Amino acid sequence: MRLFLEARPQPSRIAAWTAPLLATAATLVVGFIVFKALGRNPLAAFNAFFVQPVASRYGIAELLLKSTPLMVIATGLAIGYRANVWNIGAEGQLTMGAIAGGGLALWLGESEWPSAALLPLMFVAGALAGMAWAAIPAWLRTRFNANEILTSLMLVYVATLYLSWLVHGPWRDPEGYNFPQSKLFGDAALLPNLLAETRLNVGFLLALAIVGVAWVFVRRHIVGFEMRVAGLAPAAANYAGIDARRNVWLGMLAGGACAGIAGVGEAAGPIGQLLPSMSPGYGFAAIIVAFVGRLHPLGVALASVLMSLLYLGGESAQMNLALPSAVTGLFQGTLLFLLLAADVLVNYRVRVARRAVAA
Amino acid sequence: MDTVTQLVLLSLAAGTPLVFAALGELVVEKSGVLNLGVEGMMLVGAVVSFIVAARTQSPWLGVAAGATAAAALSVVFAVIALTLRANQVATGLALSLFGVGLSAFAGRDYMSVVIEGMTPVHVPVLSDLPVVGKLVFGHNPLVYVSWVLFAAVQLFLFRTRVGLVLRAVGESPQSAHAIGYHVIAIRYAAVVFGGACAGVGGAFLAIAYTPSWVEGMTAGRGWIALALVVFATWKPWRVLVGAYLFGSVTLAQFQAQAAGVDVPSQLLAMLPYLATIVVLALISRDAMAIRLNAPASLGKPYHPE
Amino acid sequence: MAAPSNPPATPAADAAPRLALSGITKRYPAVLANDHVDLDVLPGEIHAVLGENGAGKSTLMKIIYGVVKPDAGAVRWEGSIVQIANPAQARKLGIGMVFQHFSLFDTLTVAENIRLAVDDADAKSLPARIRDVSQRYGLPLDPRRHVHTMSVGERQRVEIVRCLLQKPRLLIMDEPTSVLTPQAVLSLFDTLRTLAAEGCSILYISHKLDEIRALCHRATVLRAGKVTGQCDPRHETAASLARMMIGADLPHPRHREATAGAPALVVDALDVRAADPFGTTLRGISFAVHAGEIVGIAGVSGNGQKELLAALSGERTQARKNAIVLCGKPAGRLGAAARRRRGLAFVPEERLGRGAVPEMSLAENALLTTRGGGLVRRGFISADAVRACAAKIIAAFGVRTPDPEAAARSLSGGNLQKFIVGREISQQPKVLIAAQPTWGVDVGASAQIRQALIDLRDQGVAVLVVSEELDELMEISDRLAVIAQGRLSDPRPAHATSAEEIGLLMAGAHRTQGTGMPAAVAG
Repeated sequence: MRLFLEARPQPSRIAAWTAPLLATAATLVVGFIVFKALGRNPLAAFNAFFVQPVASRYGIAELLLKSTPLMVIATGLAIGYRANVWNIGAEGQLTMGAIAGGGLALWLGESEWPSAALLPLMFVAGALAGMAWAAIPAWLRTRFNANEILTSLMLVYVATLYLSWLVHGPWRDPEGYNFPQSKLFGDAALLPNLLAETRLNVGFLLALAIVGVAWVFVRRHIVGFEMRVAGLAPAAANYAGIDARRNVWLGMLAGGACAGIAGVGEAAGPIGQLLPSMSPGYGFAAIIVAFVGRLHPLGVALASVLMSLLYLGGESAQMNLALPSAVTGLFQGTLLFLLLAADVLVNYRVRVARRAVAA
Repeated sequence: MDTVTQLVLLSLAAGTPLVFAALGELVVEKSGVLNLGVEGMMLVGAVVSFIVAARTQSPWLGVAAGATAAAALSVVFAVIALTLRANQVATGLALSLFGVGLSAFAGRDYMSVVIEGMTPVHVPVLSDLPVVGKLVFGHNPLVYVSWVLFAAVQLFLFRTRVGLVLRAVGESPQSAHAIGYHVIAIRYAAVVFGGACAGVGGAFLAIAYTPSWVEGMTAGRGWIALALVVFATWKPWRVLVGAYLFGSVTLAQFQAQAAGVDVPSQLLAMLPYLATIVVLALISRDAMAIRLNAPASLGKPYHPE
Repeated sequence: MAAPSNPPATPAADAAPRLALSGITKRYPAVLANDHVDLDVLPGEIHAVLGENGAGKSTLMKIIYGVVKPDAGAVRWEGSIVQIANPAQARKLGIGMVFQHFSLFDTLTVAENIRLAVDDADAKSLPARIRDVSQRYGLPLDPRRHVHTMSVGERQRVEIVRCLLQKPRLLIMDEPTSVLTPQAVLSLFDTLRTLAAEGCSILYISHKLDEIRALCHRATVLRAGKVTGQCDPRHETAASLARMMIGADLPHPRHREATAGAPALVVDALDVRAADPFGTTLRGISFAVHAGEIVGIAGVSGNGQKELLAALSGERTQARKNAIVLCGKPAGRLGAAARRRRGLAFVPEERLGRGAVPEMSLAENALLTTRGGGLVRRGFISADAVRACAAKIIAAFGVRTPDPEAAARSLSGGNLQKFIVGREISQQPKVLIAAQPTWGVDVGASAQIRQALIDLRDQGVAVLVVSEELDELMEISDRLAVIAQGRLSDPRPAHATSAEEIGLLMAGAHRTQGTGMPAAVAG
């Protein structure tokens, strides 16, 4: 008796939306096992990991705060992934966005610049920088047919090194005791607070707005539709006269712009200056968020909250369970693996093979 | 020891992790599978080998353990991408992310541990010969292993029947299946081999190159290895050449500093990554070379019906 | 195998057949591929299987080679009934097959390709044996050459030698000469005659009448899954064979007075290089389709139809803008979407994956090519208008679907085809191109689609139909042309031509446009 896979005539909508739930549940089971293996009481660990972080008003605010960059980046990435454009360099685009917005803040922050205009300008600069950084892999793919996964990834390292040089060198705070960091941004360059006594800022609203715009684009704009066609059936896209190069550019630039905006959001939000590391891997976690959210803006919003919880849980585990924060990365990777495994049910049914009767 | 010899030795050493990882991935891709998880597997190989070497005081045991751990991880990839027919790109990415997280987690207590590590050999008499001595007989043992691996892969792919079958599977799984070969089983074997190689590449970093464990110590070498396979147009000897070229580029920053060049270290450190991009663009644009050398079924899911 | 001391010119008619098929039947969801087919092949006989595309030849060969199992009927090999479960078993019995589309590995050498398929361990002697066999049968091969450097004709030699090394007793050759030069064809015939003289039986599948008459001892003719005749081709004329193949009962099209208007689609000296190594290069294609007429292009598959359609639809653009002229304006450099805006509509050969996105709903698929009618306003999709558009198509063309939101891939072939045809017609084009409009479609839907094309013509639209089904083309076309080996014959009025003439043109023995020389293909 063997199990085998049988193709479904119609992709199962139900499976598409329950797969993330299945994967999440399976990840929790894995977590259970991991905690037990580490000699911790699983229930206590679950509590510390998943419940405690959001048990207070401050906790919920942190949850939403961390979900903001994830939501923004993943929304942009999903637009590209739908068209089979694989932007893996969001972390680097985020960094460049932070540099551009932060640079503007540092340059104009102390001048007589009308303060109301500064933040919007920073976001524009960040979006443009992110797009420029993403334009490189886009150009390399359309012009040289170079794989955008590898080129966008290489640029992550370049961007990180560039930021490192800036905060160690030309942009280092002269009064910063020689630490690699830029001056603190002036108030005009910081995002206004949203909820008193928390760190939640209006960036969250911006993120929701971006999700909304993306939703409209993907569902209701003809170009969003055409990009979906290109990802599902390239020959049909060619038949319909859809321009494949335009899709590559749009896919990469959407991700780049969003990552750049997220970078400014971090610099002008919880961090308030430029540091060698502007993100605990949001650019990569956003890839997972995009998949778990089924590449759909609404799903992405929900998945970003889940991923944010994993981040908070990691920090909580570090404080309360004496576990390394790296446990977050472990859970993130496990979640994606299990999601891909559960995804098989969308297009296939599992069947049991009986011995065939001789013809 | 003069500077040139020193440079050559260091370049070879710097390129060796790439040799292991890229040769392994070359075999995988020759069978038609694209495994983007090399970075994750290298890190897992590095951390496991370091832990085992520290615990058992035996570097070789560490290397073996690292290879095994990475191979085990690659089986997860194979199950999801080959048996469950998930998208190979997404699965490979998942493997890399998972490997980064797993290695950081596993190595948390070992960040400041010091081990003896593997040191370059000293062959009596031979190593002391002028010039040739150090160049040929002064390398780290794993470097010699990498040369043996290169010879083995070259022979296997192009001189044995099994290697022929593997290349056929990568070329056209449907035709291979029609003739009667078990495509999925062959691909599983290739993936596991690639995983073990990536593991050894990571182990070299943690045990021989800079005997230590640092989170994320591969610094993108796994991704460079992937680019290297494309650059080498899937030919083993070109992998070797490319890996050593990249090794020398990696060294550039130290050489420049030593020579007193006044360029910030971070900017010099960008060189390998920028070089990878340039090389990738130049090679990819020759569509004919790619079409002739890339396994035709690379990355495409295979459905036996 | 019989020792060739004094080989008979014709195998003895009373010898026991090597292969005997009786009552073979195979049904697929949309079509009855083989309908009680009887066939027998004698030792040392070269036996032709003759028929158009869709006649059931490939299915029958797949059954013999073990790729497909018959629903009914028996296969007898040298007298005893056998069940051929897979190709390996067929090879063990002594059956070898040379496919029309080769199963070779491009980046490997000749020797490596053969080594993969030959089940013995003696690799060292293989190159020598390859040279030996290839020389012996007039198919010289260098075992060290890489397959991708070889011409299609040379690749076929590899396929054949691969079979010969296994010493087959029955060799099946599927459309072997469609890729060969006239010289190579003669040389192949010598090889086959040598083999037959040694006692090997050969099943020769083809639609090329002259070759069959020159080579084969007997011929079985298939039409729509049934055997419609058996004969000795050496005693037949090409014309009589054509009639058996195509059928004498072709519907006579209504003789319409030419009411065609201005030329709506003009193709002028179109040259298109084949995109892939197995494709066909188009040379000097010129023709025009006028408003209010249907022009049909007939031809056996693989003679350039794919390339021609891609060039006409805009999926492949041309360098010369005047190579294609739509409604009086040059369109050669325009892409598919731009040509649609000029009034072109296209129903492609492949439904799923090209004409429609399998995972998307019918509504979304309506949007795939339709842009007018308020579906898209200032870049934004009006979901209501899209749904209404799809509903209109579904109603007007009788598309049976359980649910308008059902994925395209869940529809039956006929229904999806009706939808696609309906979608293109609903855009009120000035020129409509349809490729294989009724392939894999049930009888009722076929009739509906054909009628829709005729109605379109009557409304003044220029219609071009490219099809392998001659019946259908004769029924609806006003003018007819034949494409063979990348060249097009001059279109002539359908009522003034005959099945024999078309059959001859399809078989490649025709005058090309302008040069007066028989068509030749670079080997």
